[in-house]
Amino acid sequence: MPVDFMYPEYEIARNDSRCIRCRVCERQCANEVHSYEESGNFMLSDESKCVNCHRCVSLCPTRALKIVKSDHCFKENANWNQAAIKEIYKQSGSGGVLLSSMGNPERYPVYWDKMLINASQVTNPSIDPLREPMETKVFLGKKPERIERGPDGSLRNNLTPQLELAMPVMFSAMSYGSISYNAHESLARASRELGIFYNTGEGGLHEDFYQYGENTIVQVASGRFGVHREYLEAGAAIEIKMGQGAKPGIGGHLPGEKIVGDISKTRMIPEGSDAISPAPHHDIYSIEDLRQLVFSLKEATQYKKPVIVKVAAVHNIAAIASGIARSGADIIAIDGFRGGTGAAPTRIRDNVGIPIELALASVDARLRDEGIRNNVSLVAGGSIRNSADVVKAIALGADAVYIATGALLALGCHLCRSCQSGKCNWGIATQRPELVKRLNPDMGFRRLVNLLTAWNHEIKELMGGMGINSIEALKGNRLMLRGTGLNENELGILGISHAGE
Amino acid sequence: MIIDAAGRDHRSLNEEIRKGDSDITINGCLGQRFIASGMDNVRILINGTPGNALGAYLDGADILVRGNAQDAAGDTMNEGRIVIYGNVGDAAGYAMRGGEIYIRGDAGYRAGIHMKAYSGKLPVMVVGGSCGSFLGEYQAGGMIIVLGLDKERPVVGNFCGTGMHGGRIYLRGDIEGLKLPKQVSCKKAGSDEMEVIEKYLVEFSQLFDVPYEKIADKEFHVLTPDTHNPYKQLYVQN
Repeated sequence: MPVDFMYPEYEIARNDSRCIRCRVCERQCANEVHSYEESGNFMLSDESKCVNCHRCVSLCPTRALKIVKSDHCFKENANWNQAAIKEIYKQSGSGGVLLSSMGNPERYPVYWDKMLINASQVTNPSIDPLREPMETKVFLGKKPERIERGPDGSLRNNLTPQLELAMPVMFSAMSYGSISYNAHESLARASRELGIFYNTGEGGLHEDFYQYGENTIVQVASGRFGVHREYLEAGAAIEIKMGQGAKPGIGGHLPGEKIVGDISKTRMIPEGSDAISPAPHHDIYSIEDLRQLVFSLKEATQYKKPVIVKVAAVHNIAAIASGIARSGADIIAIDGFRGGTGAAPTRIRDNVGIPIELALASVDARLRDEGIRNNVSLVAGGSIRNSADVVKAIALGADAVYIATGALLALGCHLCRSCQSGKCNWGIATQRPELVKRLNPDMGFRRLVNLLTAWNHEIKELMGGMGINSIEALKGNRLMLRGTGLNENELGILGISHAGE
Repeated sequence: MIIDAAGRDHRSLNEEIRKGDSDITINGCLGQRFIASGMDNVRILINGTPGNALGAYLDGADILVRGNAQDAAGDTMNEGRIVIYGNVGDAAGYAMRGGEIYIRGDAGYRAGIHMKAYSGKLPVMVVGGSCGSFLGEYQAGGMIIVLGLDKERPVVGNFCGTGMHGGRIYLRGDIEGLKLPKQVSCKKAGSDEMEVIEKYLVEFSQLFDVPYEKIADKEFHVLTPDTHNPYKQLYVQN
C-alpha cells in the first residue's frame, strides 16, 4: 500500500570527490545500506535500511561519509508529530505491537540536570584529592544495628555478607544473548580490574566467565534461565529481578532465532525455543513470597552471599522498597524509567515508570523515616550518564549506582536504538560471529576501565570541592544539592532546597 | 541420621542435613521451609509437613515426604527426585529443568509453570490426583502427567497450558469440556506417546502402591504446543 511507504529518516551524504571506492562501508554495514555499482564505478546507498549507527562513517578512510537527518517532512504539527504519524502507519499496516530498544528517548524532565552541587568557600576548606587521601570505596549490604562485643571486650563480627566496591559504580544487568560474548568479556574483565561488579542479567553465566565470579552478580529472573546451584555459587551476590526500568510490569522475550549455540547452552534451553520471562515470578505474589525467594537463595548458598532485589521505579516505589527492606534482602536496586533494554514495547518504554531521581529520594526518605535504612543498601540505575550524576545520586541517598547504557557507549554503541534487530554493527547487541568479532575485548575492557577511572577522579574532585573526603559522608547528604527551576513539590520529593536558598 | 525437627528453624535444620550423612530421616517436620535447598547426594525422608520451597534448586538429592508438602516444592529444580505421599500446595515444580516429582494426591494452582528441558535433562512431574488452574503455564519443556485417580472430572482447572511453547502435558481420563488456549493441541495419546511415560507410571505405581492396571484403565490425552515461538508475530520494529 502506498500509505505504508516511509520516507527514510536519514540520508547518506557521500562526498564523491573523497570516495575512493574502497567499499569499506559496504563490508561494514550489516544492514546492507551500501553497494558498489561495478559498471559505472560508483557507490550506491539504500538509506531506507540505515539505522544511523555511524559504523560506515567511523571507518571511512577518507571521511567521505556523513549521515544527515532527512529534511523530508510531514506538514508541521506539534501534536501529530512525525513519529506519531509513522507509528500509526506501521501498526495499521502490520497489526503489530511497536518494539523499540534502549532507554526512553522522550522529552521528560531530567532531574540530574536540574540539581547543582555545592562547593566550599573560605570556611570548611575544600580538599585537593592529589594531596590528600580520598575514599570512594563502599560496602553494600545490611549494616548491623549495634556493635557487639565478646566477653573480653573484643569486637564481634556481626556483619552479614557485603559487596566491597572500589568505587560506587557497577555495571547493571545485561544478559548474554541480548549482548555479545565479547561485550560480556569486556564487562567482566573491567570489573575485575576496577574492583567492582558486573551483572549477568537473566541469561545465565557462560562457562568461560566463571573465573570472574568474584566480580559477578548473578541474576535470577522469572524465567530462571541458567539458574542452578553452581551458577548461584559462582557469583559474589545474587540479584532477584522483579522489574526493569525500561519495561516495568512486563516480562522479557528473547526470540527463538537468537537462542543458538552458546546462548542456548548458557540459558539451558533448547536451540530455537523462545526464552520467555513471564511478567511476574509466578511464585511471588506478595512481600512474604519475595522473602521466601530471598531465603531459598540464601539457604541454597548457605548465607554466604548478599541478595539484591531489583525493581523498576514506579508510582508507589517508597512503599514497595519498604517491603523489600523487610524481606531479608540485603540490597535494593531501583531502575528508573530511562533505563535501557535490548527490546521493549515502545508504549511501555516511553510511558511507564518514574524518574530515578524522584524514586531514589523518596525511597531513601521513607526508609529513614521508618528506621530501616540500614537494613539495606540502595543502588540507583536508569540513566546515570556521568560522574556528576553519580555524585548527585549518592547525595540523594544511593550507596552506589548501576550503569549500562554508558558502559555500552564506552564499548562503541552509538545509540542507534536498533538492538532488537540483532544486527549491531558495533558487535555489542548481536550474536552474529562476524559482527561480534568487531568488538575486541582487549580494547573494550580498557575503554571501560578508562571511563570509570576517569569518573573516579572526577568524583574525588567533586567531593574535595565540597570538603568531603569520604563517599560515606556524601551519602544522603542532600545539603550538598540545590535545585534549579523546580517547583515546590519536586523540591520536597527530592528533599533539597532551591538554588539561592 | 535421624533429626528431630521440633523447635528447629530452617537454617539449623539445613545445617544439620549438610553435615554429611547420606541418609537422613526428619521427624516431626512442621512447616520448616527451604529443606534441602540446592542439595545433592543425600536421601531425606521427611515425616510431617515440610514448609514452602521444599527442595528448591535441588541438584540431585532424593526427598520422600510422608505427609503433605506446601507451596513451591521443587522450585527451579535441576536434578533429583521429590516424592510426596500426600498433596502439594501451589506452584509445584516452578521452572524445574530436570529431575522428577511424584505426588500421590493433588497439586494446587500453577503446578509446573515454566517447566523446561535442556540437553539430557527432562523434568517430569506426576500428579496422582487433580491439579488447580494454570497447570503448565509457559511450559517450555518436560512432561507433566495428571492421573486424576479416583476423581470426578475435571482433572485440571482453568487456563491449562496458557503460553505453553514446549514439552507435553498428559491428562488421564475424560477431558470433555476442557478449554485450551489456541496454540495448544490436544489428542488421544497413541502408543508411541504412552511408551514415553510408561516408566514414570510404573514408578508411580510402585512408589505409592497403586496397581498399574488401575492407572492404565483409562485413556490419556496429550497436550502439545503448536509452535516453539508463540509470540513471533506480535511485534513491528519501531
